[in-house]
Amino acid sequence: MKILVAVKRVIDYNVQIRVKEDNTGVVTENVKMSTNPPDDNAIEEAVKIKESGKATEVVAVSVGEEKAQETVRKALAVGADRGILIKADGILEPLAVSKLLQKIVEKEKPDLVFMGKQAIDDDCNQTGQMLSALLNWPQATFASKIEIKDKKLEVTREIDEGLETIEINIPAIVTCDLRLNEPRYASLPNIMKAKKKPIEQLNASDLGVDTSPRIEQIKVEEPPKRKAGIKVKSVAELVQKLKNEAKVI
Amino acid sequence: MSVLLIAEHNNKELKPFTLNAVTAASQMDSDLHAVIIGNNCGDAAKKLSELPPVKKVIQVEAAHYENFVAENFAPVIVKLAENYSHVVCSANTFGKNLMPRIAAALDTSQVSDIIKVISTDTFLRPIYAGNAFATVKSKDPKKCITIRPTSFDPCESSGGSAPIEKAEPSEEFNNTKFVKREEIKSDRPELGTARVVVSGGRGMQSGDNFKLITSVADKLNAAIGASRAAVDAGYISNDHQVGQTGKVVVPDLYIAIGISGAIQHLAGMKESKVIVAINKDGEAPIFSVADYGLEADLFEAIPQFIEELNKLNTIQK
Repeated sequence: MKILVAVKRVIDYNVQIRVKEDNTGVVTENVKMSTNPPDDNAIEEAVKIKESGKATEVVAVSVGEEKAQETVRKALAVGADRGILIKADGILEPLAVSKLLQKIVEKEKPDLVFMGKQAIDDDCNQTGQMLSALLNWPQATFASKIEIKDKKLEVTREIDEGLETIEINIPAIVTCDLRLNEPRYASLPNIMKAKKKPIEQLNASDLGVDTSPRIEQIKVEEPPKRKAGIKVKSVAELVQKLKNEAKVI
Repeated sequence: MSVLLIAEHNNKELKPFTLNAVTAASQMDSDLHAVIIGNNCGDAAKKLSELPPVKKVIQVEAAHYENFVAENFAPVIVKLAENYSHVVCSANTFGKNLMPRIAAALDTSQVSDIIKVISTDTFLRPIYAGNAFATVKSKDPKKCITIRPTSFDPCESSGGSAPIEKAEPSEEFNNTKFVKREEIKSDRPELGTARVVVSGGRGMQSGDNFKLITSVADKLNAAIGASRAAVDAGYISNDHQVGQTGKVVVPDLYIAIGISGAIQHLAGMKESKVIVAINKDGEAPIFSVADYGLEADLFEAIPQFIEELNKLNTIQK
C-alpha cells in the first residue's frame, strides 16, 4: 500500500502575526515557517502505518514556492521515503491545490491520501474534501483514530457532538486531527539521511491546472483591538465587578 | 439570485445553529430557500418552514441520509444548486465536512467561516485563527459559503409558513458506511458553545490541581478549557485545548487561570466578551487582553474565588 501525504508550509504557530501596513496581507518576510501542525500528524500516521508493515511507501507532497522544499524535507526526515514539490507562486486557493493534488494522485496512484484537517494560515478547511470530490473517493475528515482493516479503513472522526466512526473503502482521503497521534521529532542522523532522499520538482503550470485565484482579497486588517482592561486588587473585587459591572455571573 | 441554505438537524429537530445560518444567508439575498436532507425528518422540515426568513423548504429523504454522510449529501445539493446563486451552511463539523465537496463539484472556490456579510459577493472572514481579518470577494458565478454561527444572531424560530416541497434523493455512495456516533454526554456545556469557559494553564502545575478548575466550572456551569502548554504537560486531555491548534471559543465569560497567554492561546479566546485573567506574573501577556486581571497566586485566589461565588445566590444554573 502506498500513502501520499500532503504537507503545507505555513507561518509557525508561535509567531505573532503582523498585518502588512498596506493591508495586502500578513508579513511573511523573515518570519519562522514550519509545517502546518496537523500535517505533522498526517505524516506521523503514514509513517506509523509503514512501520507496522501495512504500507510500503510514504510519499510527501507540497504545493507552493521553492522554499516549500524545506517542508517536504522535514517530512522525509521523520520517515517519508521520497518527496514531490509542485512549484507555484502567489495565492493558491484550496480548489487549485486540490486540482494539482488530483494530478499527482492520478500519476502516483496511492491507496490513501493523508493531510491535516485545516491549514493554520488561511483556515479554509477545504483541500481534503475537495480532493475527495474531484476523485469521487470516500473522505474521512477530522480523524482522531485510524484502523486499517484489509481494503477498508475504520476511522473515528472528531465532530461537534463527540465522536463518529465511519468505514471507508480504499482508495480514500483522510484529513487528520491533532488528537490522532504525537508527531515525532526528527533525529539528527535522520535529518542527514533525508538530505539524500529524492524530491521531484514540478511546475504547477506544467500540470495543466489553472491556479489563478477566484477570490479577490480586497484587504487584510488587524482585528479590532480590545479596549484596555483593569487590574483588580482582590478576589472579592473581581467577583463584585463580574456581577455588577460586567453582569456575567 | 437566490440562496440555498443547508439545514443542520438530527432528523427530529433543527440544530440551533441553523437559525444563525438562516440569518447570515438572508443577508446575502432575501430570496432564501432551505434544503433539509435526512431520513424521517418531517418534524424538522416543519420547524424549518416556520423560520420567517425561509421562503421555501426542500425536503429530501432516504434511508442513506440518516447519518449525514457528506458523500451522500453532496450530489443532491450540487443538483439543486443549478437554481441558486449561493449555497450556504454553518462552519461547524457538519458544514466543514460537506461544503467543500459541493464546491469542488461546482468548480467554485469556497469562502469558509465568514463572520460578516458585506454584500452579496463580499465577506469578512478571520484568518490566522483570528489574528487578521480578510475582506474577500468571490468572483465565481456560484458561491459556496460557510458561516461562523456565533457571529450571527439566530432568526426567530416561529411565525413563518413556507411551503415544503419534496425533491428526489440521489443514489447512495457505497464506499462510505456510517458505523456509530458517540455523543459526549456531559452535564457540562460543550466547550465550543458554552456561555462560560474556565481554562487552566501550565500554572496549574499538575493534573490533580485541575480539580480547582473543575470546582470553579461547577459553580459557573462552565466548560473546561486548557492551554496547549497544560495539554502538552499532560495535565488534561487535548479535547479541552483552546487556541489556534485547538478550539476557538467565544463565550460571554472566559476565565484564564495560570495561563501566561501565548499567541497561540490568545488566538483561540480573545474574541470572548469578558476575559478574566488570574496569574501571579503581572507581566504575563494574558493581562493585555483581560478585562479584569488579578495578579495573585492561583492556589490562594481560586479557593477564595469559589468561596465568593458561594456567597452569591444568583449564580445561573
